[in-house]
Amino acid sequence: MDESARIPYSRYLMVWFALVVFTGITIMVAGLQVGGWSVFAAIFIAAIKGTLVLFYFMHLRYESMLFKVALMVAMLTLAVIMALTFADVSFR
Amino acid sequence: MTAAVLPHMEEHHDAEGSRFGMWLFLLTEILLFAGVFLLYAVYRYQFPEDFHYGATTLHTLLGAVNTLILLTSSLTMVLSIAKLVRGERRGAVAMLGATIAMGLAFLVIKVFEWGDKISHGIYPGSETVMDRTAGENIFYGLYFGMTGLHALHVIIGLGVLVFMAVKISKKPRKTVRLGAPGNVALSLAGADGSKLWEGEADEGVDGVEVSLTYAHNEELQEREVTQLENAGLYWHLVDVIWIFLFPFLYLIT
Repeated sequence: MDESARIPYSRYLMVWFALVVFTGITIMVAGLQVGGWSVFAAIFIAAIKGTLVLFYFMHLRYESMLFKVALMVAMLTLAVIMALTFADVSFR
Repeated sequence: MTAAVLPHMEEHHDAEGSRFGMWLFLLTEILLFAGVFLLYAVYRYQFPEDFHYGATTLHTLLGAVNTLILLTSSLTMVLSIAKLVRGERRGAVAMLGATIAMGLAFLVIKVFEWGDKISHGIYPGSETVMDRTAGENIFYGLYFGMTGLHALHVIIGLGVLVFMAVKISKKPRKTVRLGAPGNVALSLAGADGSKLWEGEADEGVDGVEVSLTYAHNEELQEREVTQLENAGLYWHLVDVIWIFLFPFLYLIT
């Protein structure tokens, strides 16, 4: 985090504000009763919020490539596991 | 006596390696929770109506309040690190205190939520739940399992944060040990080079141990920043997991 040592407080506050706004949006969208889209919307918004926390609060943005690649490998592994599981469950 | 005479002062400190180790551990945590999420996804796919009904029985407002509490605690956590980086130890401890208080508030709300469900006879293996459909039974099992596993992580995170708060509250301190010299002459130097104290020993001396309490020390502060960052990484991960748990359990209906 060396080059990020002096990130201004205001940036953290802005990220926090964005997280609160997205929380509000996800609750509102859930109340809209848009059927199958509500699952998609919930996952999409949660992914945005998770990315904000990972990149700004957890400083992933300021870390070297190694950290990002490690996370990507874990995420791709997860995607494969999930795809294979659903391929199994759906066509049983 | 200069630092060069104390070879042990030059200890290796790899901040990035330390953080990467923490990230590797967090990736295993992600895989652990992902397994439970996958279980949730498959059963949700099999019992959509029961999961829909189950989600409507959960207290959305309490879940939303807990979401805001955890998000805000993540903010104070990262501010605590930012304060320590700037050398503001008191501010860092204050922010840590706020983070700990919010973590406790999260747990208190969780206890009320669980208590409400349990008082209605809803808990894994209860008669009320066993009498309902298989899908509802699984939903409540996953609800208690997932929020329970998450709450366990909050408790562990709080322990780590308390440890760090105590550590940062204390003045930076370093102990150096030099082994087996023949005889020893010690002196403490004042600011003007005068000797404040001196002493000598030549028999039975096995080592010299020097404990230094610093008003400020860059190297020790860097170490503490790395430790606090790793504690913060864990806390933020707990927040990220809740960010996914909240919509899945409480909102998707």
